[in-house]
Amino acid sequence: MSAHGATPDRLARFAVSPRRRRADRLARGTLLAATLVALVPLVLIVYYLLVKGLGAWSWSFFTTDPTGSTFFGGSSIGGIKSAILGTLEMVALASAIAIPIGVGVALWLVEYGQPAWFANTVRFFVDVLTGVPSIVFGLFIYIVLIIGTGSTYAGYKGSLALSLLMLPVVIRSAEVILQLIPGALRESALALGAPRWKVIFRVVLPTALTGMLTGVLLAVARAAGETAPLLFTAGHTNKTSLSLGGFMNSLPYQIYSDVTSPTTEVVNRAWGAALTLVAMILILNLVARLVARRSRLA
Amino acid sequence: MSPDAHPSPIEQTSEDMLQPHERPSSPAGGPSTQPATPEAGAGAVGAQSVAKVAHEVRLERLRAFYGSSEQVKGIDLRFPPNQVTAIIGPSGCGKSTMVRCINRMHEEIPGARAEGRVLLDELDVYDPAVDVIAVRRAVGMVFQKPNPFPTMSIFDNVASGLRLTLGRSRRGELSHRVESALRGAGLWEEVSGRLSSPGVGLSGGQQQRLCIARSLAVDPEVLLMDEPCSALDPIATLRIEELIEQLKQRITIVIVTHNMQQAARVADRTAFMLAGELVEVGPTDEIFTKPTDPRTEEYVTGKFG
Repeated sequence: MSAHGATPDRLARFAVSPRRRRADRLARGTLLAATLVALVPLVLIVYYLLVKGLGAWSWSFFTTDPTGSTFFGGSSIGGIKSAILGTLEMVALASAIAIPIGVGVALWLVEYGQPAWFANTVRFFVDVLTGVPSIVFGLFIYIVLIIGTGSTYAGYKGSLALSLLMLPVVIRSAEVILQLIPGALRESALALGAPRWKVIFRVVLPTALTGMLTGVLLAVARAAGETAPLLFTAGHTNKTSLSLGGFMNSLPYQIYSDVTSPTTEVVNRAWGAALTLVAMILILNLVARLVARRSRLA
Repeated sequence: MSPDAHPSPIEQTSEDMLQPHERPSSPAGGPSTQPATPEAGAGAVGAQSVAKVAHEVRLERLRAFYGSSEQVKGIDLRFPPNQVTAIIGPSGCGKSTMVRCINRMHEEIPGARAEGRVLLDELDVYDPAVDVIAVRRAVGMVFQKPNPFPTMSIFDNVASGLRLTLGRSRRGELSHRVESALRGAGLWEEVSGRLSSPGVGLSGGQQQRLCIARSLAVDPEVLLMDEPCSALDPIATLRIEELIEQLKQRITIVIVTHNMQQAARVADRTAFMLAGELVEVGPTDEIFTKPTDPRTEEYVTGKFG
């Protein structure tokens, strides 16, 4: 029987009830509203960053250090060169420490993970570490490496605090991705007569690479944006320091100290620095994704 | 290993294999040279025109456990060289478990272990002195679902069999071996023009033949196939079955299958398993036409399972 020939009775039996239609509309509306509400601050953040930050950007903004002499009508407040370099250096060192160790821990947990009680203990501590406030990592390094050794602030100590912060994020995200790799893939490599380490490095890791990248970048971005772990580990200086052994400026610290200034110019520098930080993370993200896509079928 | 049976330079120079634990080649030629059947000499498959004598697998009182539950309950079974042996039986009867004991993949599952002996010619693969990796190189495996390595091209998938198992120094003739493995798996004609495209871009049947090529590249003595066609359409299945027919001229093949028509089509011998035990084994047509055990008859006629 064609649709046109359906009797009214039969049509009524198969029609969507008004009640279900209402429930559907309500559910869809609620979810859409939640999405829009969440979108408002996101759009505003990007908008303000661009409007206020771009105004502060200039060539000298990136090529000069902050001068710190703003009260006496100094000629220029300077740029954020030392902060950019400080963040790059400290985050690079922190990544160099945290990513290999973190991926290593995740590999051990997923590929070996025996005895199970020990693996579960490790997982528990990693979970606990994920929830630890970032300032606590700074405090820990402060107590151990500054009070403990009777020495002073240094860039590498800031890096260590950042790497502690990154470690649980890297471990957790890498572990999740490694667990998604089908066991059949490992099995078929093992069945070819490959030693386990080759299975891990040639089959499991390349397959997991793209997925792991997301977690790793999240950790890098988080470390790059942290002020608290650096406050009393890396110290603060306006000067560019290429050595990780000395005091070091950083973008988050620069923003933190600028934004509390009474001078409009200095507050604007904070916006410029914030936009720089976001842009740096965005660029890192794009580059890493491009590299991962290239290496897919190397 | 009897050198006369292995013209392959790779196996002769293999340092990775545990030489002292190789099967003793008995003065009389040993069981490895025994099957001087006509087809063994005519092993011309694709580019592989090398006569190759297949090897025998024998299970003796094989038992396999997952934790405390016994899934394979003391099986004695011989897989003759240059023959295809099919294992049939209802789901959960221990077919796959038994087959996975042959290349020692069973023990990869946490809590799993095996008892008894699995003899590859005269070598007990469970001998404590035997390197499990050497066993898996000699006993290839093809799984139910085609599983090419997703990050690798067609070429690299086949080469992976060699790259994952051999040292750097022996990779010289890589492309030659990749080609002959692809020919051996009947895939060369279809993919020779796009060796660098991703392996996962192939159709299901092609992927499975790619996995077979990957196994063949390592030059195994035995090939275990665990329901290799259950994820494939009838045409792809037919191609794999034709391939099995060719491969048995140089490799001993064990195939687990749920499909009794398939067993009837490809297998020289068929073994019927039930609840972890071997009920009956014999030439395929006898198992299907005049089985001696009533349980076998009920199964093959579709009364249960």
